[in-house]
Amino acid sequence: MCLGIPGQLVGLDASNPHLAVAEVSGVRRTVNVGLLEEQQLQPGDWVLIHVGFAMSKIDETEAERALAGLRLMGRAYEDELESLRASLEGP
Amino acid sequence: MRFVDEYRDPVAARSLLALITELAGGEAFKFMEVCGGHTHTIYRHGIEHLLPESVQLVHGPGCPVCVIPMGRVDDAISLAERPGVIFTSFGDMMRVPGSRGNLLAAKAGGADVRFVYSPLDALRIATENPDREVVFFAVGFETTAPSTALTLLQARARGVGNFSVFCNHVTIIPPIKAILDSPDFRLDGFLGPGHVSTVIGQRPYRFVPAQYRKPLVTAGFEPLDILQAIAMLLTQIRAGRCEVENQYSRVVRDEGNPKALAVLAEVFELRPHFEWRGLGFISQSALRLRHEFAEFDAERRYEVPGVRVADPKACQCGEVLKGVIKPWQCKVFGTACTPEHPIGTCMVSSEGACAAYYNFGRMHREAAVAIGTKA
Repeated sequence: MCLGIPGQLVGLDASNPHLAVAEVSGVRRTVNVGLLEEQQLQPGDWVLIHVGFAMSKIDETEAERALAGLRLMGRAYEDELESLRASLEGP
Repeated sequence: MRFVDEYRDPVAARSLLALITELAGGEAFKFMEVCGGHTHTIYRHGIEHLLPESVQLVHGPGCPVCVIPMGRVDDAISLAERPGVIFTSFGDMMRVPGSRGNLLAAKAGGADVRFVYSPLDALRIATENPDREVVFFAVGFETTAPSTALTLLQARARGVGNFSVFCNHVTIIPPIKAILDSPDFRLDGFLGPGHVSTVIGQRPYRFVPAQYRKPLVTAGFEPLDILQAIAMLLTQIRAGRCEVENQYSRVVRDEGNPKALAVLAEVFELRPHFEWRGLGFISQSALRLRHEFAEFDAERRYEVPGVRVADPKACQCGEVLKGVIKPWQCKVFGTACTPEHPIGTCMVSSEGACAAYYNFGRMHREAAVAIGTKA
């Protein structure tokens, strides 16, 4: 829950400026980008995602570092990704 | 040579360690890493064992799962067991023990408990199940609290009447202050939390040098970040400076995230006091919903027992959370208390000091050998 996971924005939602589609470790999901509205996000930008919300904009180097660190965490990261995937499928 | 590879730049790691050793000069220093994510990195990469013996790291209270007292878990289970309720929680909280079992046991006993990745998932479950009452178990520091706030704003805008939040959000500054005020031990400085600081920024920490004369350096989550932050703390001390510095400026901005702070202020207010596991009651240290959001507040909507439950006698999470003892010094560590059967919260979360040490502590010496600082 505390893990910030890097995701790359692949599309913005024209009908709702608070939503964007991000690719997170090979999984695409809608994330809420409402807290970064002043950053004028574009597809291709990287963000740090906490529980479905983009909390900060980061650069690609930082995203790679963070991902490498998360992979080393092992189970904690796998659990987080698993719950992210499960949340896409619904209850 | 796995550990050397894991340090992105072993040469940099070695030179930082040499700098730390030189700056410390054999004098004893104790620094607290406030954040559980840092604790995980420190154990995962054997950092405690790489540092000169005179430089000690003390693990702080920055693991939101670890600081939830048993009584609140009992309240959560009581909500989950209400007929008609779908109780939603982050996976991390499912195995946290209350006085009579955990949420997983409640689920096995017939309660409809579902784990979710995001509070938005809980809101979606509410819209999909209009004949049920959906309660979200909100935990976390300022990192996750804005997500709950935005979800509540959405729930209100969309008029989702069957959704409520059992709010256990806590704030990072009061426990730091409580630790500074505690007579138990002496600290020479802090590694400030990384992700929390993306929200609150650097300004709220200024009281640490101003009132307590201790330096604070906000740090990132890589092993090199931790080493660099320790070197920055020692550099300040040796130069006679005492300031808030930002090692993690590639992510953390001095002003934080103003939008996140604004939604927090719109939705939440400070509780007069809140109980922290191991630290006791700390005034104005947690958030509750403002009265404008009363209809979404599970504590106002339903009766919760609200009974304070003392920690199990054998459990020393309190001492671990205050940094008075190391995980392995607890009497039940690794015997009665393991990640599979935790007695205390520090053994539940992967960011808890006990679980991190249980999983990775044995790697310390291996790390030191691999990086070439110890034979």
